[in-house]
Amino acid sequence: MAGCKDFLTGLDEHMQIYLPIAEMSVNAFLLLGLGGLVGVLSGMFGVGGGFLMTPLLFFIGIPPAVAVATEANQIVASSFSGVLAHFRRRTVDFKMGTVLLIGGLIGAALGIVLFNYLKSLGQVDLLVKLFYVVFLGVVGGLMFIESLNTIRKTRKSGGVIKARRQRSWVQTLPFKMRFRTSQLYISVIPPIVVGILVGILAAIMGVGGGFIMVPAMIYILGMPTKVVVGTSLFQIIFVTAFTTMLHATTNFTVDIVLAVLLLVGGVIGAQFGTKIGLKMKAENLRILLAIMVLAVCGKLALDLLLQPSELFSLGAGGH
Amino acid sequence: MARGGIRMRYLLAYLLMLPGLLMAGEEVVLGLSKDHVSITTAFDGSEILIFGAVKRETPVPESELHVVITVAGPSHPITVRRKDKWLGLIWVNNAAVEVDLAPTFYAVATTGPMAEVLSVTENLRHKVSIENAIRLVGAPDDVGDSVVFSEAVIRIRRNSGLYQELEGQVALDQQTLFRTAIKMPANLTEGDYTTRIFLTRGGKVVSSQETTIEVRKVGLERWLFTMSRQKPALYGLMSLAIAIAAGWGASAAFQLARRD
Repeated sequence: MAGCKDFLTGLDEHMQIYLPIAEMSVNAFLLLGLGGLVGVLSGMFGVGGGFLMTPLLFFIGIPPAVAVATEANQIVASSFSGVLAHFRRRTVDFKMGTVLLIGGLIGAALGIVLFNYLKSLGQVDLLVKLFYVVFLGVVGGLMFIESLNTIRKTRKSGGVIKARRQRSWVQTLPFKMRFRTSQLYISVIPPIVVGILVGILAAIMGVGGGFIMVPAMIYILGMPTKVVVGTSLFQIIFVTAFTTMLHATTNFTVDIVLAVLLLVGGVIGAQFGTKIGLKMKAENLRILLAIMVLAVCGKLALDLLLQPSELFSLGAGGH
Repeated sequence: MARGGIRMRYLLAYLLMLPGLLMAGEEVVLGLSKDHVSITTAFDGSEILIFGAVKRETPVPESELHVVITVAGPSHPITVRRKDKWLGLIWVNNAAVEVDLAPTFYAVATTGPMAEVLSVTENLRHKVSIENAIRLVGAPDDVGDSVVFSEAVIRIRRNSGLYQELEGQVALDQQTLFRTAIKMPANLTEGDYTTRIFLTRGGKVVSSQETTIEVRKVGLERWLFTMSRQKPALYGLMSLAIAIAAGWGASAAFQLARRD
C-alpha cells in the first residue's frame, strides 16, 4: 500500500492537495482514485463501502479520528441520491425506519462518548482498528462460508435457496407495533436494539452499518427484501448526519475537502461498478466481496499483531 | 498594531545590543527570500533562502568565523506514547510522557561540524541544537526511562523531515557573505517561525540576529480551518450540505449524460 502511494504521489507532484483539517498534503488523484475504487466496489456489490474506505484512509496515513468523521460525512452524501430513488419507488418503510433511527441516534451518542473517552486515553486508534478487525472478520467470514454453501447447493439442486426466517423468539417480546409497509406486527425492542448497535458502529467505525443492518432486517426482523435497502438507507442518512455533527462539534475532525474528493471519485466509480455488477453472478460477487473484506481485516490485524517499526507515537499534549 | 510592537521590540533589542556590537566589531545583516509562507490548497512544502553579510568596521580577526542558522516552528506540548505488547498478543499504547515544549519544526544549519562551530555552553545557553531545543517535563514516576521519549520525538520528526540537522550546509564566502536554503515540508503547522543567525568565533557567539517567518493558512484553507474550530456546528451543517450537493450533483450529471 505504501509503495502504491509513493508511485501515485510520484505521478504528478503538482496535484498535491493540502487537507485543512487533517493538516497534511495528499495527492488529489490518489484520493479520487480511492473514492473511485470503493465506488466501483459499492456499485458492484450494492454496499455503502464505508467499511472499506475508512481502513484504506488509515493505510494512506490519514489519522483514524479524521478518517472516521470524514467518512460519516461522505456516507450521508453518497446515500442521499440512493434514498431519493427509493422514496420515488415507495420502498421505504418510514415507521420502521423511524424506530431504527431512534435506536441509531442513541447508539451514535453512546459511540461518541466511548470514542472521545478512549481518545483522551490515547487509545482511540486501537478502538477503531479492533472494531474493524472483529467486524470485518466476522462479516467477511460468514459471507465467505455462506456464499460457498450457496454455490455448492445450487450446483447440487439447481434450485433457488429460500431465506431462512428465524422469527420465533422475536414474536414473544412485548411492545408490539404494526408496520404496514413491511406487513409486520412485531415488538419495537429488536429494531431499537439493531438501531443502537448500528449507531455505535457508525460513530466508532465511520460506516453506515448497512452490512450489519440489512442481514438483521431480513433474518431477525423478517422484513420483506424489497423495503430493506430503502429503509436502511433512510436510517443511515440520519444516523451518519448526526454522527458527522457530533464529530464536528466535539473533535473538529470532519475534513470537507477530503470528503468531497472521495465523493466525486465514488460517484463516478459507482456508475462503472453497477454495470460490472450486472454482468456477474450474485454468488461470485459475494465471494469476491468476502475475500476483499477478509484481506482488509487481515492487514489491520497484522498491523496490531506484528511489532511496529516505530514503537513511539506523538499526540497533541495537554489533558 | 502587532507589527508595530514587534518593530519597537527590535529597535530596543538593537539599542541594547549596540555596546556589544561595537566591542565585537562584527554584525549580521540578514535577508530572507520570503518572510511568509502561505499554506494554500495546493501547498506542497516550501524552500526558504536565508542569506546575509557580516558587517565589520575592524580588520578580520585571526580565528575562523562560523555561521549558525536555526529556524524553529511554534512550540506545542505533545504527548509521547510507547506501545507495549498487551496480553502477549497485540501492540497497544501504554506508557505516556508529556513533552512540555517541542517545536513543530526545527532546522539548524551550520558552516561546519556542530562541535567545532559552537561550544557546549554556548549551545546550551542559546538552545541551538535540536536536543537543547526540546524541553521534557511531566514524566510520571513509573516511567524511568523518560529520555527515550524525547529521543523518540526527535527521531519521528527527523524521519518526517520536520527536524533537520544541516551541518556544513551554510556557505560562507570570504568571511563575509553567507547563505543557506531550508526546505520546509508539506506537513507544516502554522505559526511564527523564529529564524536566528549566530556568528561564532572559537565556539563563542560574537553576534546574533533574529527574525520571524510567518507560516499561515490562507484563502479556503484558512476559512475552513477557522470555521471548524470557531463555529463547529455551522461547519458541520455546511459540510453535510456541500457533501450532499456534490454527491447529488455528480450523480444527476451522470444520469443526464446517460440519457443523451
